[in-house]
Amino acid sequence: MSEAASNAPVPQSSEWMRSLKRLLREPLGVFGLALVLLVIFGAVFADFLTQWDPTRINPRVRFEGPSGEHLLGTDQLGRDLLARVLHGGRIALYVALVSTAISLAVGIVLGLIAGYGPRWLDNLMILVFDAMKSFPTVMLALALVTITGPSLTAVILVVILVNVPGYARIVRTQTIAIKTSEFVTAAQSAGASTARILRVHIMPNVIGPLVILASMDIPVVIAIEAGMSFLGLGVRPPTPSWGSILNDGFAQIRETPWIAIAGGIPIIVTTLGFTFLGETLRDVFDPRLKGR
Amino acid sequence: MLNYAVKRLGLSIAIVSLAMFLLFCMIYLVPGDPASVALGPRATDAMKEALRVKMGLDQPIWVQFWNFFSGAWTGDLGEEVLSGRPVLDVVFEQLPYTLILIAGGITWSVALGIPLGCWAAINRGSFADRLVGILSVAVIAVPSFVVAIYALLIFAVTLQWLPAIGAGEPGDIGDQLVHLILPSLAVGLGWVGYIARMVRASMLEVLEASHIRTARAFGLPDRTITYRYALTIAILPTITLLGVGIGQMLSSAVFAEIVFARPGVGKLVYDAILTRNFPVVTGAVLVTTVIFVLLNLVADLIVGALDPRVRSSF
Repeated sequence: MSEAASNAPVPQSSEWMRSLKRLLREPLGVFGLALVLLVIFGAVFADFLTQWDPTRINPRVRFEGPSGEHLLGTDQLGRDLLARVLHGGRIALYVALVSTAISLAVGIVLGLIAGYGPRWLDNLMILVFDAMKSFPTVMLALALVTITGPSLTAVILVVILVNVPGYARIVRTQTIAIKTSEFVTAAQSAGASTARILRVHIMPNVIGPLVILASMDIPVVIAIEAGMSFLGLGVRPPTPSWGSILNDGFAQIRETPWIAIAGGIPIIVTTLGFTFLGETLRDVFDPRLKGR
Repeated sequence: MLNYAVKRLGLSIAIVSLAMFLLFCMIYLVPGDPASVALGPRATDAMKEALRVKMGLDQPIWVQFWNFFSGAWTGDLGEEVLSGRPVLDVVFEQLPYTLILIAGGITWSVALGIPLGCWAAINRGSFADRLVGILSVAVIAVPSFVVAIYALLIFAVTLQWLPAIGAGEPGDIGDQLVHLILPSLAVGLGWVGYIARMVRASMLEVLEASHIRTARAFGLPDRTITYRYALTIAILPTITLLGVGIGQMLSSAVFAEIVFARPGVGKLVYDAILTRNFPVVTGAVLVTTVIFVLLNLVADLIVGALDPRVRSSF
């Protein structure tokens, strides 16, 4: 590498810093970031923030309202709701991270194949993506769980099936736009292999907008996990999930409303936090994506 | 236009066929025997075998697929496990409740979303505009089942203004409407946000148009310009947005029906899963998928009719 090149400022990171500063100037973005950090903090330090075990049953304190000992009250089995809410955050964030990462990986690979491969394969794959998208989400989840039975894996599978067609389509469109550009033609005439062209020339141009869109889908992922657990199709008891807490509360909504309140608030806080943050990030990083 | 319509219809048929194929794969190729799933853990081997023969599961896979596929296209979605009633009848019996619920959701989203978006566009850049923007994003973000439960908690349990469960007395339209208010709010609230954003964006575009400038120059009152000349045009993109919206409201309707114990397709599928009524699940999923695809087809055809660019790029 020449002297001049190594001394030149790295444009990538300074651009990131500038975007971060712009994010911190947006009140809504800061608010969203604060909510997200609050949820992450609660999930990571759940064991230190409360002395109670989220799955420990204690029949003597069933249905107790919020008090100094149990800040959010207890549920029908006498379990501490604050502990369940905090540990439920772990499930929500785990599902969001794992399923988004897998969806992105699968979406990128399928999108590159569709975009760079032969025309007939592209047409076939687009048809499959459209067909997958034509199931309403909840119906897809219900149909799938009928076969697999309720589990965390089923939730992740539903999220992947819901997300992948959209991501793959975006990657495919970008790939088609880029593959005829001059630098790709140049690489081809220089004898670069297809794998190298895809990895070095096309992927970096595709990944940026995709990651922003995926981060904006996180509230949807969290809603799918909570929704499936609410219907009893997600995590199995006694594992705490916001959706299952909400379901416990729904069963007793007339007598002990605090259970439903404890289950719903974290879902609202998390989805709002990620949405506000995502909207601001999108505007800051890539204004072209506005309105998607 | 006819050429485009035929191509688009062909695509829809292909999508539905493929959806059937995927559904078939999901049911028959994933580990787990449908007959044992349907009968539960306590069934004897003889019972399972009898049901397998009845469901055609003893046939080779391609025969099974052909039976499923040809049956589904002619409206034969199989029979309910216990009563033996045709699945299509069972689904169509519940479908009107779900469609009414979705219509209620659309009513909420249009009645609130259009005025809010309009108001925000007229007061562009003001505090009101920002507030509508934030509220729109917020109602889109919050999942409909949380809205449903909190609406139930606030308006039905605590304040007791509105009924909590059921669809109302059959034949009593007033009672049915009262029972519709909360569930349809839960279904439609998120779409208030989408529509407000859409109307705001397209209003801003339309307000710049030359015919609006002309109307201003003629000294027409602001109110007339906004509502008669701008909004009537700005509202068009919303119609196609609703085509997609109805499909997503189908998902929300499942939750609303369960939370408010209303009859409907969502409740039907949910109960069918709990009672292991397998053919009802596939049948209902397939019917809702067809509705979803049809709505998208109609929305695309409307856009195609209005905008020739869409037709030529297909």
